[in-house]
Amino acid sequence: MTAVQEKPKAVAPSGPPPRRRGKRATALAGTDTLVLALMLGIPTIVHLLFVWIPALGSVALSLSRWNGIGGLEDIEWIGVANYVEIFTEYPRFWPAVQHNLIWLLFLLVVPTSVGLLLAVLLDRELRFSRIYQSALYLPMVLSLALVGFIWQLIYTPDGGLLNSVLGLGDDPVDWIGDSDVNLYAVLVAAAWRHTGYIMLLYLAGLKSVDPALKEAAALDGASATQTFFRVTFPVMKPVNIVVAVVTVIEALRAFDIVYVINKGRNGLELLSVLVTDNIIGEASRIGRGSAVAVILLTISLGVIIPYLYQVFSKENRT
Amino acid sequence: MTATLERPSETVEVKKKRPVTPARVALHVFLVLTCLMTLAPLLWAVYASLRTYEDTSVNGYFSIAKSLTFENFAKAWEIGDLPHFYWNTFLITVPALVITLVLSSMVAFGVSRFSFKFNIALLMLFTAGNLLPQQVIVTPLWRLYRLIELPAWVSESESLIDSPLGVILIHIAFQMGFCTFVLSNYMKTIPYELTEAARVDGASVFRQYWQLTLPLCRPVLAALATLEFTWIYNDFLWALVLIQDGDKMPVTSALQNLKGTFFTDNNLIAAGSLLVALPTLVVFFVLQRQFVGGLTLGSTKG
Repeated sequence: MTAVQEKPKAVAPSGPPPRRRGKRATALAGTDTLVLALMLGIPTIVHLLFVWIPALGSVALSLSRWNGIGGLEDIEWIGVANYVEIFTEYPRFWPAVQHNLIWLLFLLVVPTSVGLLLAVLLDRELRFSRIYQSALYLPMVLSLALVGFIWQLIYTPDGGLLNSVLGLGDDPVDWIGDSDVNLYAVLVAAAWRHTGYIMLLYLAGLKSVDPALKEAAALDGASATQTFFRVTFPVMKPVNIVVAVVTVIEALRAFDIVYVINKGRNGLELLSVLVTDNIIGEASRIGRGSAVAVILLTISLGVIIPYLYQVFSKENRT
Repeated sequence: MTATLERPSETVEVKKKRPVTPARVALHVFLVLTCLMTLAPLLWAVYASLRTYEDTSVNGYFSIAKSLTFENFAKAWEIGDLPHFYWNTFLITVPALVITLVLSSMVAFGVSRFSFKFNIALLMLFTAGNLLPQQVIVTPLWRLYRLIELPAWVSESESLIDSPLGVILIHIAFQMGFCTFVLSNYMKTIPYELTEAARVDGASVFRQYWQLTLPLCRPVLAALATLEFTWIYNDFLWALVLIQDGDKMPVTSALQNLKGTFFTDNNLIAAGSLLVALPTLVVFFVLQRQFVGGLTLGSTKG
């Protein structure tokens, strides 16, 4: 992986060649143009057809009333009525919004700070560092569905680990079944998996910080804590943005873990569940489900667009 | 504790002579405890899976095991019909993985080696597509799949729904975003003169891609393959929605069926879960560098 960083250095002595924009494409031979068009065209069509067209389809369907079973001619266009209903009447919507927000806040606070702390602790010459890292990364390779299964063994009121450790064996808390606590129980499990990822991102970020910056700060008499919060952390802005984007998207996508636990009911309602319920669950109101999907789309574009802007505006400058 | 630890630069020489400082010990103790806590849920599952139903139903899970046995694994393997579901997963994961890498490396090659006006727009499209929550596209996709008719030799169900092909296609379309982003960043670091020289020597565009650029991308391709394997293997939602016949589910989504099969025998569930986790755990232990490298590339090169 270090090859990435090393390559530009190798080129540097000869100087980067001036890019002659626009000329290359026209200088291509006929077959080459065709080959290139196919190489770019086929993947783009696949991506558009299966990702972006359905995304637009959600927008269209959100303005309709449809059970999804009948033909397309059964679609009844009703304007924004679905949205009005969701905001005013749909009883599961606001709890789901609240749960998604709690999910987001929890992930932004707990795994991010723990992951950052662990990254700072591991970012030094340390014996067994690789073993520590392996152990901390491990939950990352498990699917959230599996995480749900594994943590149920801990939370079960029927002899589960947590109740036993807390000495609640006689009067066990139903961590999964009690709608007052189950969201947090599930969040701990989700955070368990998320922390390793955040740590990984910050470790990479810390390695890319120029050590000279820290030395300069130390020479100027800054304490280690000051150096970290005033120099290192701000310099890691790109990583912080990635962490924020990853976390928001993760919080919006959250689905598998609540679905395997109780299909997203009884305190575990999430926006994602309200969407999928219309195709695999009890409800079959495609219009209302799609309107929830459009709300998800809007929120996610709210972070995706600034992220793209940040990433690709940098690209333009170089 | 950390305050004393974070001044290593001024005491480098002292540190080399006396590597064991109290701060270091405290750091190691803290890290060992954190690691143990991280591993605890998995170890607990392993412990539960090795015990018999009789033992845990009498003594509870929080007790010393009377005996340890692999019986639960054999039982989960058989009752859960795991070989069948592993095979379903294999049929989805391998083609999806290979085609994703081929297609996204083509886009990355085109975008990074040639200058078109739409280069950045195209990259943005792919990157943004990969970041969308799946639920945004799942409903129309599900309906689209039912509309697309296929001959019976392509798909038993005669449409994309209920067919491994449908799941493969959405994996390709969705995962291409991330791979294209990472690969194009990598290809931009390959010296421009290289393909230029090949072109002067009369190499076709395809040869520049296949024989020149791809071999240079081996490390990233390995990293992406590792990562994508885990992601596609771990997929739960696509298969759950797009496959209705429980028999055709990949192993991760089939867990849901297993839960019913195993009624409330938590020991069996633990054994089944571990068996399902096994391929990703093996990949992680064998290819950890690639796994971590892939994730790092995807983020910091942005």
